[in-house]
Amino acid sequence: MAKTSSFFTSLSAGRLAVIGVPYFWFLLLAAIPLLIVLKISLSEMESTSISNMIDWSHGWPRLTLNFASYQFLATDSLYIKTYISSIKYALITTLLCLAIGYPFAYYMARSPKHMQPTLLMLIMLPFWTSFLLRIYAWKTLLVSNGVINNILISMHIIDTPIEMMNNSFSLLLGMVYSYLPFMILPLYANLSKMDMRYLEAASDLGTSPFKAFWLITVPLSKAGIIAGSMLVFIPAVGEYVIPELLGGSSTLMIGRVLWDEFFSNNDWPMASAVAVVMILLILVPMGIYNKAQAEQMEGK
Amino acid sequence: MSQASNKVFAKGWMIAVYLFLYLPIITLVVFSFNDSKLVTVWSHASFRWYEALAQDSDLISAVLLSLEIAGLSALMSVFFGTFTAFSLNRYKRFQGRTLLTSMSSMPLVMPDVIVGLSLLLMIVSVQNWLGFPERGLFTILLGHALLGTAYAAVVVTSRLREMDSKLDEAAMDLGCKPLQVFTLVTFPLLVPALVSAFLLTFTLSFDDVVLSSFLSGPGYSTMPMVIFSRARLGLNPTINAVATVTIVVVTIAVIASSFYTSHQERKRKREEAEAYSDSNK
Repeated sequence: MAKTSSFFTSLSAGRLAVIGVPYFWFLLLAAIPLLIVLKISLSEMESTSISNMIDWSHGWPRLTLNFASYQFLATDSLYIKTYISSIKYALITTLLCLAIGYPFAYYMARSPKHMQPTLLMLIMLPFWTSFLLRIYAWKTLLVSNGVINNILISMHIIDTPIEMMNNSFSLLLGMVYSYLPFMILPLYANLSKMDMRYLEAASDLGTSPFKAFWLITVPLSKAGIIAGSMLVFIPAVGEYVIPELLGGSSTLMIGRVLWDEFFSNNDWPMASAVAVVMILLILVPMGIYNKAQAEQMEGK
Repeated sequence: MSQASNKVFAKGWMIAVYLFLYLPIITLVVFSFNDSKLVTVWSHASFRWYEALAQDSDLISAVLLSLEIAGLSALMSVFFGTFTAFSLNRYKRFQGRTLLTSMSSMPLVMPDVIVGLSLLLMIVSVQNWLGFPERGLFTILLGHALLGTAYAAVVVTSRLREMDSKLDEAAMDLGCKPLQVFTLVTFPLLVPALVSAFLLTFTLSFDDVVLSSFLSGPGYSTMPMVIFSRARLGLNPTINAVATVTIVVVTIAVIASSFYTSHQERKRKREEAEAYSDSNK
């Protein structure tokens, strides 16, 4: 197909409208805003937060790039520590979600066919109830005079309340809790489509179920594992609400730093620089995710 | 491991995960009927916090604002999401298709704080340039509609993919113009997907706190914003009451919509089968 000629001949008004509407929408609300973040991260904070924006009306390219925010990011060890700790928490969350979610999705895909829609809806249902309220509920469960401690004390299992709030335990619990459905759904979608004849063939040839699982089931569900892991890892890196409500002041998360730079310090260039570095960190996992999705669609 | 113990383990694992997922929700509901001022100590049952909720004008006006934003943004999301799904599904080749694909999946994976910050900086730039829009309902709406469009596109895309393109071709063979194919054939078949996309994006908007905090202006507090600011300060039993009310409403809506979808599905299958047997007579 000659690319240019086919492009022009098929350029009917209807086609142009159908493609043009979402294109305009996403350019305006997704692509341009990210470019503005990049631009502001390279400008300097003047006396008030709006000042650097006034230059915006003078014309597009302002060639004086200011790397002050990035220099500050690179030299202040707290930022680097926070990035590392965000990645660490996101990684642990992903692994825990995989460890809990994979067996779950596996068993769900092998439950009786008529049960599966109900089991699936039961996974989706908490997902439909407010995320914020569910995180708040964990707070009522975990605090030192909270429901869990009260029950344990009244049953004489413990004498003094266990510290479960405002530490990495409560943070990870909240994150695993919130992101688990994002892991289970792609895994289930993948595992439920698997051709069971491979496993039958393996067992006919004398492979033990355990070995068959690692040699056949896991490699065949690779796309689901990648999709689920990325759907958990990427948003978890920048999570704000869970660390704010459950993490306490000791757990460092970059989403909170961005929020504070913006809302408390009113330092827009700094907040933008924090965001740009965060985007760079998640570009690699996003690339892996997109590639896995594309491969899966071709495979169909 | 024997077959039987394997089954027991599987069942146990699934039950444990479901308990984990539902434990906080059950706690919220149970303690909303607690008479004690302490959220975590059970005294006896009462409707005290529902009465407090009925008099909480801040929270009620926030709920009304959230409902308004959720309804409008869900409509916008379904509209733009359908366009996105059509562009990416029906036109396999056009210049910049990859860009549209990645732009439309960006709000799905990007952390909320980045989406919120970038949208706000864009809106402030436009404001300095044109003098509007003021931060408030409209700007929150834009943010929620952006997020919703990405989700709606996924829902509509999955429906479009499983839909039989032979129906479209048949309609065209019978002389339908492309627009007629859409209004007479594709759209009616899409309705269940549009309904579930609407419900999903409605809930997303109704639940969002990060985008709203970035994009709202003075005097515009959505329900999650009010709940979030109270939850930061401590525990508050009125939150349990409002949580229970939303949980009941959402559960009814989800169950009703899944009945509706499966009913539509069965109806469609039956009609297809009838049409097929008619044509074979």
